[in-house]
Amino acid sequence: MAVGILRLHNLLAVVMLSGIYSLISACLFVTLDAVDVAFTEASVGGGIATVLMLATLGLTTDREKTGKGNLRLVPLAVVTITGAALIYGTLDMPLFGDPTAPIQQHVAPRYIEESPRATGIPNIVTSVLASYRGYDTMGELTVIFTAGIGVVLIMAGRRRRED
Amino acid sequence: MVQRHFILRVTTKLLMPFILLFALYVQFHGDFGPGGGFQAGVIFGAGFVLYALIYGVEAAEKVAPPGVIRVIMTLGLLLFVGVGYFGLFLGGAFLDYNVLAHDPVHGQHLGITLVELGVGITVAATMITIFLSFAGRNRT
Repeated sequence: MAVGILRLHNLLAVVMLSGIYSLISACLFVTLDAVDVAFTEASVGGGIATVLMLATLGLTTDREKTGKGNLRLVPLAVVTITGAALIYGTLDMPLFGDPTAPIQQHVAPRYIEESPRATGIPNIVTSVLASYRGYDTMGELTVIFTAGIGVVLIMAGRRRRED
Repeated sequence: MVQRHFILRVTTKLLMPFILLFALYVQFHGDFGPGGGFQAGVIFGAGFVLYALIYGVEAAEKVAPPGVIRVIMTLGLLLFVGVGYFGLFLGGAFLDYNVLAHDPVHGQHLGITLVELGVGITVAATMITIFLSFAGRNRT
């Protein structure tokens, strides 16, 4: 599917393929027992992002501009080196699901044991996100808010200039 | 406007209350089941986007005027930060929910519910705003 997205020049088909990809990964999250992530992926990736892409295509064009077909060596080298470095970095990570890994030993046991008693909320994800990691969530909300403000400013400014 | 897409219009009208109700369920049941403010806001926004797609942007803007939505967008973030400062004024740290009620557990529960509500409001309003400003562009 990724190869299809790369090879296609009709952007409408590309948007549709990425929407399907989002839905498939939402199903993947469900099988991984991460239902809340699956919600988000299905509604943001499959729904809103696809609609926004379609709206953008409606404002611009749905054909990709084809550049010259020469192979660019420097970007290819940068991507290859970065990928190799990342793979090298994963080599000394603990095995997946290893109970002695640092992530299982550090604060996770405390969250699991204490958070239902300390917050009165059985869903650990919610209590960690909103209470233990309150600052992070506030930052994320500010990011979303800023994105909304940015879109409003850009779009409103354009409209005024055209009139 | 000519009545087009009869099946889509009827289906949307049938589904609409359930989508919005499900969003509210995810919002307020997020402390017991999967979900939370972000998911609820996104589902609410997606339901609204569906309405705007089927019934047209004009009808959607009649339901939710862009100016009002922008004000609501800021209110959600203000609710989040306000809960943080409220804890500060009651003698705790910033975003410390223990002091919100007499019992720390109740305070935590109250704080988390309010904060998630703020997240949900801002996310839903932002999604609607972004969609409306994109969709309203090619109107004359």
